[in-house]
Amino acid sequence: MRKLKAQIIDEAGFERTITRLAHEILEKNKGAGNLVIVGIRTRGEFIARRITRKIEEVEGVTLPIGSLDITLYRDDLLGKLEQPQLKGTDIIFDLNDKDIILIDDVLYTGRTIRAALDELIDLGRPKSIQLAVLIDRGHRQLPIRADYVGKNVPTSSSESIRVHVKEVDGEDAVLLMHPELPN
Amino acid sequence: MPLKSRHLLGLDGMGREDIQLIIDTAVSFREVLERPIKKVPPLQGKTIANMFFENSTRTRLSFELAERRLSADVLGFQATGSSVSKGETLKDTARNIEAMKVDMVVMRHSASGAPHYLASVIDANVINAGDGGHEHPTQALLDMYTIRERLGRLEGLHVCIVGDIAHSRVARSNIFGLKTMGAKVSVCGPATMIPREIEKMGVDVYHHIDDVLPSVNVLNVLRIQLERDAGRLFPSIREYHNYYGITRQRLDKAGRAITILHPGPINRDVEISADVADSEHSVILQQVLNGVAIRMAVLYLLSSRN
Amino acid sequence: MQILLKNGRLIDPVSGRDEELDMHIADGTLAKIGKNLSVPAAQVIELRGKMVAPGFCDMHVHLREPGFEHKETILTGVSSAAAGGFTAVCCMPNTNPPIDDESVVRFIQAKARIALNGLVDVYPVAAVTKERKGEHLSPMAELADAGAIAFTDDGDPVHDAEIMRRALEYAAMFGKPIIQHAQNLPLTQGGAMNEGYVATLLGIPGMPPAGEDVVVARDILLARYTGGHYHVAHVSTAGAAELLRQAKARGEEVSGEVTPHHFTLTDEAVKTYDTNTKMNPPLRTAADVDALRKALKDGTIEVIATDHAPHSFDEKQVEFQYAPFGIVGLETAVGLTITELVSTGVLTLMQMVEKLSTNPRRILRLPPIRIAEGERANLTIIDPSLQWVVDPSTFRSKSKNTPFGGRKLTGKPFGIINNGEVFWN
Repeated sequence: MRKLKAQIIDEAGFERTITRLAHEILEKNKGAGNLVIVGIRTRGEFIARRITRKIEEVEGVTLPIGSLDITLYRDDLLGKLEQPQLKGTDIIFDLNDKDIILIDDVLYTGRTIRAALDELIDLGRPKSIQLAVLIDRGHRQLPIRADYVGKNVPTSSSESIRVHVKEVDGEDAVLLMHPELPN
Repeated sequence: MPLKSRHLLGLDGMGREDIQLIIDTAVSFREVLERPIKKVPPLQGKTIANMFFENSTRTRLSFELAERRLSADVLGFQATGSSVSKGETLKDTARNIEAMKVDMVVMRHSASGAPHYLASVIDANVINAGDGGHEHPTQALLDMYTIRERLGRLEGLHVCIVGDIAHSRVARSNIFGLKTMGAKVSVCGPATMIPREIEKMGVDVYHHIDDVLPSVNVLNVLRIQLERDAGRLFPSIREYHNYYGITRQRLDKAGRAITILHPGPINRDVEISADVADSEHSVILQQVLNGVAIRMAVLYLLSSRN
Repeated sequence: MQILLKNGRLIDPVSGRDEELDMHIADGTLAKIGKNLSVPAAQVIELRGKMVAPGFCDMHVHLREPGFEHKETILTGVSSAAAGGFTAVCCMPNTNPPIDDESVVRFIQAKARIALNGLVDVYPVAAVTKERKGEHLSPMAELADAGAIAFTDDGDPVHDAEIMRRALEYAAMFGKPIIQHAQNLPLTQGGAMNEGYVATLLGIPGMPPAGEDVVVARDILLARYTGGHYHVAHVSTAGAAELLRQAKARGEEVSGEVTPHHFTLTDEAVKTYDTNTKMNPPLRTAADVDALRKALKDGTIEVIATDHAPHSFDEKQVEFQYAPFGIVGLETAVGLTITELVSTGVLTLMQMVEKLSTNPRRILRLPPIRIAEGERANLTIIDPSLQWVVDPSTFRSKSKNTPFGGRKLTGKPFGIINNGEVFWN
């Protein structure tokens, strides 16, 4: 059981961060033109939907949105006692020549993003892939960086970051948890 | 949530959650099969031996495809021309293959219980690709997947298996699996092809196909073994086709939508007429693709249980 | 050699006695029988709580020699019989060469004489047909003269009705029974277990009970017609038991035997695919087991015989379909009989002795064992209340193919005395 250390983002802050990320994406890409949105399951998918809705509000364009299950591409499957449950990849549009905005909730070691990149390349040949994350908590183990960051939160590796979304957890918040207490 | 056993020997005794997990996992793999690059890496570095002591092209190819799509290394082994024909026992054949550090074995064998025996003498995961007249679990799993894909559910459906039930491992696995998932199961065939006391498995027995059609949602039509059974278990192909063949006239007379499955290969115009096999009611081709997805799901779910 | 058996409970169907008695045995002969005996020169064997019976005779044993010595030899088979409490066994002719020539009879007799110094009497059962092929009668008169005690083609049935008719007629001339392994071959073709619900579940081809019953029905009619003596080996079905009951009620000279595994296990045991549950005839249903016990109780089936069928470890370590039929039985027979039949009230100890000693000897026309002063001692000594666990690794048989490993039994053979030899377990 972990104890709460601090609330990094509250409900209002969540909405503001989503808004800022949407604007940054539109600014850097000079509009919504060739963009498609892909959210990494599970919570990245919800963040992706919020950003897509915000872009629709601001630019009047509804971008194609899909969700990616990276389970089959994880690099830690061999050591596991049981295979993790598959959540399913759901991308119905063509990725070829598109600029993908890949969205996840927390960027940590970078391994999840590495798996996502491998899977996206197996699905097609995008023109570019840009990464947007709600939180970057440091401790990269691979040379991966995000193009758009909601908030940088320095953490120790024994702490943990929890992202809650209304759809699943009943609230929008980002929480920083203390290290796991020994029994 | 792992599967309860580290082998897939049969659906007899497999719980609802496990069957559900396999079918749900297969949905993801079905999506992979639609991609331009139909390959995912989870079984990279794993070696799978396909030991087929009985002739089978379609099941063997389906498993091989599933294994390669998961990036596993595949060892194919066929009985004829192998050491088995020189008198090596199953146990020694298996031990030799295991000595080569194989992670999983997929086996088809003509003796019921052979995979159970194999699982007791080697360490690798054992997947039953058909043992004698006993079980063919991946076939029943893909049949259930296909039915659910077409009709949206399994619970409460009336599924009838038609043909030589007595010799059919496909029938037995389907009966075990469908009953676990809450379907109503019946069998239909000449009395000579219905095994003793099969009602005790919880199925209804019909000898006349026209009695089933008014209430059935799905027909799983089994292949008749022409070479073995004509003259002994039934008089002739003509008689079998006239009384048990699934034809357009029969289905039209029933006046209801009935989904048609067949494990293949089809004897056209024996147990099923050509126009039914190719009709909109038939999901026979979907079964083939779903088979690869189901086998991928099984291999994926078992692969870490060492 | 002098031994004094003290306080053993003599259970003897021939004289009808059930009482505690002492017995003084001098050089293999019963010197004195009475109470409170004292013989200073003799070795005293305390038998309080144990029972003494006329020596048991197993009418159905496969000794495998000549030809299959990797499964069992006459020496190891005799040791196994002694450990099982048997002073006599009848050995089956499916050896290689088969017992269809008097030279093989004499070979077996010679081997038996030197096995443990002749401790166990071995009575060869000769083949009904040449090479057991079912086509030509074997030289039955010659075989009988050499010492064959009965005739059977066991392992296989005598399939042809005409051959069975002629065999019954011919053997009747010298008073020898024809023992039939009752199996209709076309009906049971390819079968590896009983045809029934369990076979349906497991997808294993089955042998219908009718496959045994039709042969018994046919043979009973032939026996009646010819006046021959007919004995059914290893009865396994309710149907066959009922046919025997009706024939006996008509006064016909028919008899049958049942094995301990057939009155103990059902085809449910096959669900493990353990090849030690594969035998011919196969394990049947609970209803059949019930009927066999009733038949033992009311005297329809007069004999318990093991059908001891040793197979080497490797031979049984294969897929169920391909494994050879048969299990060993000599060393578990007494334990199973007491646990399953005596403790449950199906048989009394006296009736058990009838099934294992008196009746088989009568059917085989062997002289009854008289437990009286001056007679040769031929005794089986049992501890009827000893609780033990079956451990196949301790079997004296060369083979350990039994489904009863680990089973708790009540009643164990303590020893045998026969032909001037003594054997303690």
